[in-house]
Amino acid sequence: MSTVTLGAAINAGLRKAMEDDSRVVVMGEDVGVLGGVFRVTDGLHKDFAEGRVVDTPLAESGIVGTAIGLALRGYRPVCEIQFDGFVYPAFDQIVSQLAKMRARSGGRLALPVVVRIPVGGGIGAVEHHSESNEAYFAHTAGLRVVSCSTPDDAFHMIQQAIASDDPVIFYEPKRRYWDKGELTDAPSRGLHEAAVLRPGSDCTVVAHGPTVKTALAAADAAALDGFSVGVVDLRSIAPLDLRTLRSAAAAAGRVVVVHEASTFAGIGAEIAAAVTEHCFYDLEAPVLRVGAYSLPYPPAAVEDAFLPDVDRVLAAIDRSLSF
Amino acid sequence: MAHASALTDLIDDHRARVDEQEMVQLIAPDGQVTEVGTKLGVSLELALELYRHMVLARRMDQEALALQRQGELSLWLMSWGQEAAQVGSVTALRPTDMVFPSYREHAAALCRGVAPADLMRQWKGAAHSGWDPAPARFHIYSLVLGTQTLHATGFAAGAAMEGTDEVVATYFGDGAASQGDVNEAFNWAATGSLPVLFFCQNNQWAISTPTEKQMSTPLHVRAAGFGLDAYHVDGNDVMAVHAVTSHAAQRIRDGGGPALIEAQTYRFGGHSSSDDPTRYRSEDELAAWTARDPLTRIESFLRENGVGADYFDALAAEADTFAVSVREACRDLESSPLEDLFDRVYADDHQPLVEEREAYLAHLSALGSEA
Ligand SMILES: Cc1ncc(C[n+]2csc(CCOP(=O)(O)OP(=O)(O)O)c2C)c(N)n1
Ligand SMILES: [Mg+2]
Repeated sequence: MSTVTLGAAINAGLRKAMEDDSRVVVMGEDVGVLGGVFRVTDGLHKDFAEGRVVDTPLAESGIVGTAIGLALRGYRPVCEIQFDGFVYPAFDQIVSQLAKMRARSGGRLALPVVVRIPVGGGIGAVEHHSESNEAYFAHTAGLRVVSCSTPDDAFHMIQQAIASDDPVIFYEPKRRYWDKGELTDAPSRGLHEAAVLRPGSDCTVVAHGPTVKTALAAADAAALDGFSVGVVDLRSIAPLDLRTLRSAAAAAGRVVVVHEASTFAGIGAEIAAAVTEHCFYDLEAPVLRVGAYSLPYPPAAVEDAFLPDVDRVLAAIDRSLSF
Repeated sequence: MAHASALTDLIDDHRARVDEQEMVQLIAPDGQVTEVGTKLGVSLELALELYRHMVLARRMDQEALALQRQGELSLWLMSWGQEAAQVGSVTALRPTDMVFPSYREHAAALCRGVAPADLMRQWKGAAHSGWDPAPARFHIYSLVLGTQTLHATGFAAGAAMEGTDEVVATYFGDGAASQGDVNEAFNWAATGSLPVLFFCQNNQWAISTPTEKQMSTPLHVRAAGFGLDAYHVDGNDVMAVHAVTSHAAQRIRDGGGPALIEAQTYRFGGHSSSDDPTRYRSEDELAAWTARDPLTRIESFLRENGVGADYFDALAAEADTFAVSVREACRDLESSPLEDLFDRVYADDHQPLVEEREAYLAHLSALGSEA
């Protein structure tokens, strides 16, 4: 066991996947000599054969489109999109090409492509560098969308994503890149299973990626006031692990969903509907959501007021408990 | 097979026509006027004016970098080394010609009268963008690479419909030139014969990616293939940039259709204040380009032509005063509170947004009363 940062854990996972399977190639802007702007691919260029780690031209549509071509020839490309806000030039390639090829070909063609996206705010960045766009992709049939929150999950999930025969949008919580944790040898669960990090009998908070830590802190604070608040790390946004969500919701009777993306038409809305449809008689309160307002991600000077923090999660828990 | 060799001749002939152009240079790196420069003539008066702009721009850049290091700015993208490309081009346009910059065009922005405070606002994290584009005819920065080239093309389509003799200029980098948007803009402007001037600052790098990984044919050659008038200029020679841009802009005004200028220049600093360029580029390369510094070149030219110490001393004093004002402007920058953003997203309020704003303000006051 070793203690590494989340960024280094993804690096280790990529390295392992590349060692295990020579068809795995890494491609993106500045992923080679520089090792990516977050250094997630650091050293891979040096250690693997020419062509397996590619500094691409600066064109996201090209990155995903050519990854599709490589996948059609049997490769397993892992694309890096430099920042969340720069994935949109690739939107057609992801939504109309990557997602639909299997169905369009009558199930004949698999596209095992991973699109890694550093996601979310909290690092004081300029515009387009702090977005949370998981709902666009979760809304698209044919894509799998996952979000890691700890180094160990990041290490295993990236390998599971690469092993998937479907395209995976792989979100990396950029403000947690430097968080440290231990790596285990084998994954403790499948790529699309949620993790009950803490059981709760009064309320359960569902979070993913960067907000898992916020949810845990809120649960700690609530415990000081004598409330048993559970935390579920969603891990997979599409498909949702409905079984785990339903049983956690039924056990607590109250659910709060927290994410950085806008609440309007966000994943929280889907979870609220899915839980309500199945656990209506177990619920003591409506499912509540904590997320972004319907605003573009704000300038860094006011991002702390914008991001869902412990106070906002606690306020939602209070409200839920008061029903 | 005779016809096969005829075909080969034809193909060779065709290839010859897309050869690279030599870059236009009026003043050599050592400050000597070149043959072309002698033929065209180099105006001392213009050189003095452009040099002043470059000195002030470099000073602004240095101050901003220092402010970033002191924690006053969260990020800064230096224009250090690219002053000639920017100053030479923007001053060759009319002040009424609209400009669509990328994000590193601080020297061009200053020439257009954009205030230092406005230039730093976005990088301090105090606002999404820096300034009102209307008075300076200088659009806000575009951080999503290459997108602004299409905006310029559309703006030019409007100008063409109105029958004005405006030129619409847009700046972008060698890396951005790989984006689909940029190539769509070239094609769009060319097919519509629109009055767009595409100005590429080829500073040899896109973060850690060298130009040869972006393109295997020089950009000005590619542009010619799209049907644009294409020019290749020494981007560290402010007089050459000015001359070529003036020429290109005049042709566009006269109805000649769009043009592209590829200016060879160099980014002396890192990609941004967060970048460490020693990870990917050599000291030798930096040294070779330092010998082509756009400021020392023109300074040598001026000294050679009788401009005395008085002038340089006065300019240095002006730059010092300017630097003080830049630092003060940065420290005085204020951001507006988050609630103001609710008013800026749509032309009119709608109910869900009104409710969200109320919820936000209620949360704030609840926090306030707890404290
Ligand atoms: C669509 C998009 N993809 C990626 C980025 C991240 N990024 C910012 S600047 C940059 C390099 C740009 O290089 P170039 O166009 O040559 O301009 P320069 O920075 O050299 O002035 C990259 C990859 C971005 N801003 N937009
Ligand atoms: Mg560049």
